[in-house]
Amino acid sequence: MGHGGGGALSAELVEHLFMPAFGGPALAQLGDAAALSLGGVRLAFSTDSYVVRPLFFPGGCIGDLAVNGTVNDLAMSGARPAYLSCGFILEEGVELSVVSRVARAMGEAARAAGVEVATGDTKVVESGHGDGIYVNTAGIGLIPDGVDLRPQRVVPGDVVIVSGDIGLHGVAIMSVREGLEFGVDVESDCAPLGGLVQSMLAVTPDLHVLRDPTRGGLAASLNEIAAGSGTGVVIHEARIPVPPAVANACSILGLDPLYVANEGKLVAFVPREHADAVLDAMRAHPLGRGATVIGETVEAHPGMVVARTRLGGTRVVDLPLGEQLPRIC
Amino acid sequence: MKYIDEFQDPALARRLLDEIHATVTRPWALMEVCGGQTHTIIRHGIDQLLPDQVELIHGPGCPVCVTPLEVIDKALEIASRPGVIFCSFGDMLRVPGTGRDLFRVRSEGGDVRVVYSPLDALTIARQNPDREVVFFGIGFETTAPPNAMTVHQAKKLGIRNFSLLVSHVRVPPAIEAIMLSPSCRVQGFLAAGHVCSVMGVAEYPELAARHRVPIVVTGFEPLDILEGVRRTVRQLERGEHTVENAYARAVRPEGNPAALAMLADVFEVTDRAWRGIGVIPGSGWRLADRYREFDAEHRFQVTGITTQEPAECRSGEVLQGLLKPNECAAFGTVCTPRTPLGATMVSSEGACAAYYLYRRLDLQAAPAAPTTPLEASPVG
Repeated sequence: MGHGGGGALSAELVEHLFMPAFGGPALAQLGDAAALSLGGVRLAFSTDSYVVRPLFFPGGCIGDLAVNGTVNDLAMSGARPAYLSCGFILEEGVELSVVSRVARAMGEAARAAGVEVATGDTKVVESGHGDGIYVNTAGIGLIPDGVDLRPQRVVPGDVVIVSGDIGLHGVAIMSVREGLEFGVDVESDCAPLGGLVQSMLAVTPDLHVLRDPTRGGLAASLNEIAAGSGTGVVIHEARIPVPPAVANACSILGLDPLYVANEGKLVAFVPREHADAVLDAMRAHPLGRGATVIGETVEAHPGMVVARTRLGGTRVVDLPLGEQLPRIC
Repeated sequence: MKYIDEFQDPALARRLLDEIHATVTRPWALMEVCGGQTHTIIRHGIDQLLPDQVELIHGPGCPVCVTPLEVIDKALEIASRPGVIFCSFGDMLRVPGTGRDLFRVRSEGGDVRVVYSPLDALTIARQNPDREVVFFGIGFETTAPPNAMTVHQAKKLGIRNFSLLVSHVRVPPAIEAIMLSPSCRVQGFLAAGHVCSVMGVAEYPELAARHRVPIVVTGFEPLDILEGVRRTVRQLERGEHTVENAYARAVRPEGNPAALAMLADVFEVTDRAWRGIGVIPGSGWRLADRYREFDAEHRFQVTGITTQEPAECRSGEVLQGLLKPNECAAFGTVCTPRTPLGATMVSSEGACAAYYLYRRLDLQAAPAAPTTPLEASPVG
């Protein structure tokens, strides 16, 4: 399962198996969305598959996730998301009322995100060969002129901003997962980030890179950017917004909030001279009220993320290998 | 935040550190017994902030790390059998046995499930009366009582398709073994608070007196660790060697009587092998005779499986505090979390994993690329 966990094993699968097989220049960008030029138009193109269990969780369902996840992947390239495709893989025996709930949620999420589901497909697999419903969405959007978001643009001295509390989605899912149900007042942060990104770009198109830290959490996104830019990233643990319920749940399970998934947050690497204005713009948006500067990029330890601990020590924040495993004691 | 932030307060930490710095006059070597404490120390950089004279030696208290290779191999064998549902805490799935781990067994079709409590495994047994459900009962005095209670419940409810693969270990005999080692450098112990919350502290005064070492019962948050260090150093500087409880919010001197009664009913003390260390007399628990029917080793007839530890893994020395993880030639090169030679590199409480994950900056160990072609392994 580690190969799908968004960590080192996932990256390895892409780099050593898929890249050699497909090997085109567009894929080599390795972003959440590919930035393409087609007939003189700059497009962002992205796809993602959703295999979440349970299908319905506090704050959303697989349908919201399938829309917002792909919308956010497009938004992280600076694009205005426009159209989605939707592929359903249904397990024989799943109630149509459940499919209907998911489809309605997708429709509502698409309208809220300002995108249209323009094409789709449905397949049914035999009972026992799926978890009820799998969804794949692909999406396209337009990238405005003057916007160029990629890790290679990051330079030492950039400011690292996170848009709000981390770990909500992962903890919400865990709290209702079979065998682990625990009472926690946490809902998924599942939300479309296109509007937040546009309000940031309105301040300055010169953002360096954006990521939505989903699988693998904030740690995975920061490591991707450090590796892609060749700069060192320093984060300050005391500044990272971890809500109490997330901290408590992680403490009980022996997990690190930095590695827990988010579905409505972004991390931005911004030139120092624009950082205050971008932060103000984020905080003025409903999905960026909790925006916080958590660190900066440095020339030291290129490609590596280092945390300054609350007590004044330092530690490496590594790319997770696969999925985090709950501890024994 | 209640009960977490309070124990990570930088200002309070500074005061404790100042006091430790002011107290120390000569070098001391302290051992933190528990792997959870090791991870707190490394993750928060506590060892970087202590005076140079205070050396923290990492102890054997990682339940995953000390589970012998042959027990892992028995688990792999049982989990591979048709009709078995093998339940385990998540930590154990990535621990290497001989040539594979439980993740690999699962990818090969074995029904291996992560549970969060042994009682979940019992529920699975009740829901699947035509399947054999086995729970991997490993760990120290902390995890033994719920496992004991689960077996007790299974017997009481007449659930016959449930069994326990037991490899429980006890801390005090391990401290004894460490102190008896000719190469022992440990001068004081931070005892594992969670173990003492179950067992109390009755076993420690005699150990402290006989070996003339202070033993301070210590918790797991950064301030807990610093307070444990402060008290241990204070005793050493004064030439004292008593047992102190620096984790009074969780530990009563008498421990948890209900848990102790359950342990006494279901388990009996036995000699137990520790991975990388060998057999320590009286250091483990096995199911008592009256519960023998729930012993997975006997039920699945895997008692004959014996395994040699790989010679190149020096985790035994790491677990005894004789070797720092980065002093091992394989550290960060042949041995990484991706290609672990031993459990200390894969467990979330293993000292080698803590050094690899959090200290590569100082140790200059680069993350290793995969050593085998990707196509040689299944999707996992």
